[in-house]
Amino acid sequence: MNWLLVVAGAVVGAPLRYLTDRAVQARHDSVFPWGTFTVNVVGSFVLGLLTGVTSAQAHLLLGTGLCGALTTYSTFSYETFRLYENGAKGYAALNVAGSLAAGLGAVWLGVETAAGLR
Amino acid sequence: MGLRKDLPVVAVVAAGGALGAAARYGASLVRPTPDGAFPWTVLTVNAVGCAVLGTLMVLLTETTTAPHPLLRPFLGTGFCGGFTTFSTYSLDTQRLLSAGDPTRALLYLGGTLLAALAAVWAGVTAARAVVRARGRHA
Repeated sequence: MNWLLVVAGAVVGAPLRYLTDRAVQARHDSVFPWGTFTVNVVGSFVLGLLTGVTSAQAHLLLGTGLCGALTTYSTFSYETFRLYENGAKGYAALNVAGSLAAGLGAVWLGVETAAGLR
Repeated sequence: MGLRKDLPVVAVVAAGGALGAAARYGASLVRPTPDGAFPWTVLTVNAVGCAVLGTLMVLLTETTTAPHPLLRPFLGTGFCGGFTTFSTYSLDTQRLLSAGDPTRALLYLGGTLLAALAAVWAGVTAARAVVRARGRHA
């Protein structure tokens, strides 16, 4: 049952990341990877919110499955590497600093919101 | 965008993402991280996923023969994307911070980043060496 919950969440989370990335990337012509940045920040916020939920099943479905598959470290690293390799070193540094700061800020906001709702 | 045209890509991203997330969940069962402990399992999962994606992207985009168009969305966007996670990384860092352990929080934050970037670089470099060696023999 636990595996099914993780899989069910990921089956939604991964395509949601793909479609969000495409929609976001189509709306600007900068080389900055706003699509991956968006899903990572939104996913971090939602996972922070989930700290207010006590059900273990909900954590497997929405946390491990959905948020885990919605967010990605591999694409974030690969895009950073490619920016650096292509000479956009400033954007690479900005992507690292921005993603880490915004991810941490978003998860903190989620945790505080969840605590406030209790 | 045409949904009918996109459906195969969306479907393989979902399937790859499910496999990746299940593999990550499996890793968390094999090596669970106790409360307050350094999240080695997630760090390892993220670094391994980065090495795999780096290797894969070279093999899928820098070879002379074009791979099947669904391989990249299945393995890269799907599997590697579902296997690695940014949200858990953010939450684990926040937990170490709020537990009053800023040293380990910073070590985790920076250590994961360095491990991930080194892993991408290693994957890309190794795969390029293989692709070049193959090219010479062809």
